[in-house]
Amino acid sequence: MENAWYTISVYSENNVGLLNRISGIFLKRHINIESLNVSKSEIDNVSKFTIVVFTTPKWVHNIAGQIEKQIEVIKVFSHTDDEIIYQEAALFKVNSSLLFDEREIQNIIKDSNAQIVTVSRDFFVISKSGRRSEVDTLYDQLKPFGIMQFVRSGRIAVSKSEMQISSLLKDF
Amino acid sequence: MNITGAEAIIHCLLAEGVDLIYGYPGGAIMPVYDELYKFQDKLTHILTRHEQGATHAAQGYARVSGKVGVAIATSGPGATNLVTGLADAQIDSTPMVCITGQVGRHLLGTDAFQETDIIGISTPVTKWNYQITEASEIPEILAKAFYIARSGRPGPVLIDITKNAQFESLDFIYEKCTKVRSYIPTPVASKESLSEAAALINTAKKPFIIFGQGVILSEGEKEFKDFVEKSGIPAAWTVLGLSALETSHPLNVGMVGMHGNYGPNMLTNECDVLITIGMRFDDRVTGNLETYAKQAKVIHFEIDPAEIDKNVKTTVAVLGDAKVSLRNILPLINKNTHEDWLKNFHEHYEIEYEQVIKNDLYPTKPGLTMGEAIRILNEKSGNKAIIVTDVGQHQMVACRYAGFSQTKSNVTSGGLGTMGFALPAAIGAKMGAPDREVVAIIGDGGYQMTIQELGTIFQNKTAVKIMVLNNEHLGMVRQWQELFFESRYASTVMSNPDFVKIAAGYDIEAARVSERDQLAGAIEKMMAHKGPYFLEVCVENEHNVFPMIPTGASVSEIRLK
Repeated sequence: MENAWYTISVYSENNVGLLNRISGIFLKRHINIESLNVSKSEIDNVSKFTIVVFTTPKWVHNIAGQIEKQIEVIKVFSHTDDEIIYQEAALFKVNSSLLFDEREIQNIIKDSNAQIVTVSRDFFVISKSGRRSEVDTLYDQLKPFGIMQFVRSGRIAVSKSEMQISSLLKDF
Repeated sequence: MNITGAEAIIHCLLAEGVDLIYGYPGGAIMPVYDELYKFQDKLTHILTRHEQGATHAAQGYARVSGKVGVAIATSGPGATNLVTGLADAQIDSTPMVCITGQVGRHLLGTDAFQETDIIGISTPVTKWNYQITEASEIPEILAKAFYIARSGRPGPVLIDITKNAQFESLDFIYEKCTKVRSYIPTPVASKESLSEAAALINTAKKPFIIFGQGVILSEGEKEFKDFVEKSGIPAAWTVLGLSALETSHPLNVGMVGMHGNYGPNMLTNECDVLITIGMRFDDRVTGNLETYAKQAKVIHFEIDPAEIDKNVKTTVAVLGDAKVSLRNILPLINKNTHEDWLKNFHEHYEIEYEQVIKNDLYPTKPGLTMGEAIRILNEKSGNKAIIVTDVGQHQMVACRYAGFSQTKSNVTSGGLGTMGFALPAAIGAKMGAPDREVVAIIGDGGYQMTIQELGTIFQNKTAVKIMVLNNEHLGMVRQWQELFFESRYASTVMSNPDFVKIAAGYDIEAARVSERDQLAGAIEKMMAHKGPYFLEVCVENEHNVFPMIPTGASVSEIRLK
């Protein structure tokens, strides 16, 4: 079976050690986590892990089952890229002089729909959210000018179909 | 009542109906041991000679009694020594609660004396684990621990308790845990899945059942037998399913898997409907998955949703407790017989009998076989004993030939294959079923991995029968070396000590037998003895266990020699 990108969404209790338990499931199967994001969810006191992997449908099924089996996990969903709306966020720290000396930088920022978060005497920070390819394009465009620091977040995603959690929680 | 955390732990155990625990004391768990001393009339603590022994004893106890086994240890090395037992209980779905002491909360993360991150270490091998750092958490967490260990698909839980939490006081109120948000222990089979399964079963021409430990864990033996008898379908066991249905039952056709019987393995690839109950398609059962039962529609009765389609794609998944599902499907099943199909199993048995079984059970050549020792044991015990086995050739021979008339009677390390399991597990089994005869059958290799537990037997006068089948080798590895590594016996030859003298050192009555004409008498004497007894059976050194499915081969490529 062909490898593909899958986004695994995990709704869970917010407990110490659960991240270790979940990451161990990937470790045991020698499957790399391409990106990981943990945040609160739409439900009070319920956390949401968003995990991206590049693997086969069979392994995604297996992994999702093993994650859902963990005591503190409420529900697991896995989606292909066309089933979700997803974004990543990135920050670029760039030397301030470039902003004034290189006209092109201003155009790049404008065209990429990026935002300038802060400008100081020494550096300015650009924030860009979007798909991986958009962030990569901006990176490639800024690279020749020199990027002082770069960081990109894990993928965050919401599904096009419903992820019914509230009703599930009532049933427990 | 206002009591210390350490005392609260004892009250929690008592509230869960625990009256026997296994363990080993040490610095970080001393407050609990102090309370164990005070409560010794209500709660018996068995001092094993190593923490691993405590876990296996707790497992043996759980496997025969159906209750949760409890093991307790100190921090650091005490805790790390539990890991093998936890892993074994995890893969064999054994309910167990392990309690470890931990350095005081203020010392966590300082590399304190005997500090180890046992939560991190035990995470992959526990169903759940938790670190308690305040006394007030103790009642709720321990209640949760027992609930999780025993409910649904059972498994091991580890609770790590910092020393300050053992000393601190709390207002103790105990409430049993009956549910945990986010945890559905037992799904309920849908009506549709039951009727779809029943329709497949009722129209099958060559149906075949494989039953696993799920039947035993759900205590669904009676429902299972009713199902087998009404449907008239031949049934074979996995190693852990053994004893769920008496071995003499006319529809019990033997064992599946690597060293299973010829018929069940061959006919897995001929059946039209494969009905699997409470088993998980281990690779030792299936051989090559690409060629496993491809012709069959597969029905999987299973409590753990993660097992569905994990290894074998099912046609119908019946999620839920095996006992409940079997009870609910029974009215939908037509009464039937499958005589021609059953005859097919008998014909395969005849072939296997002529080529393998006869020579194992009734050998004529010099040199005792493991098989004949098991056959005589069956005769002397009347198929009523609990058989505890270790790992290797003797285990496969015992699982193939031991007779069972009662459930929860086969205790072995199946999934993990833990050498050293049997001796401590037999101690636990005897304590969990004191009225029954418990015979530990062990190889000379595995015996020496936990031989120190003879001390536990000595101290507690535990009346286990220990039968070491000594072939002076790590026999199963040697067999593989012979078959697949051109007889290069790398580190599989054992120079063994005088086992009879060692037993004598522990004041355990002991004997050695190497002649065929003395074997029956020796086993009879062992079984008649009241206290613990050790019997060394010197068997043929280079005997191989057959049939055998070579690794990676199909079940229907099983070799008879």
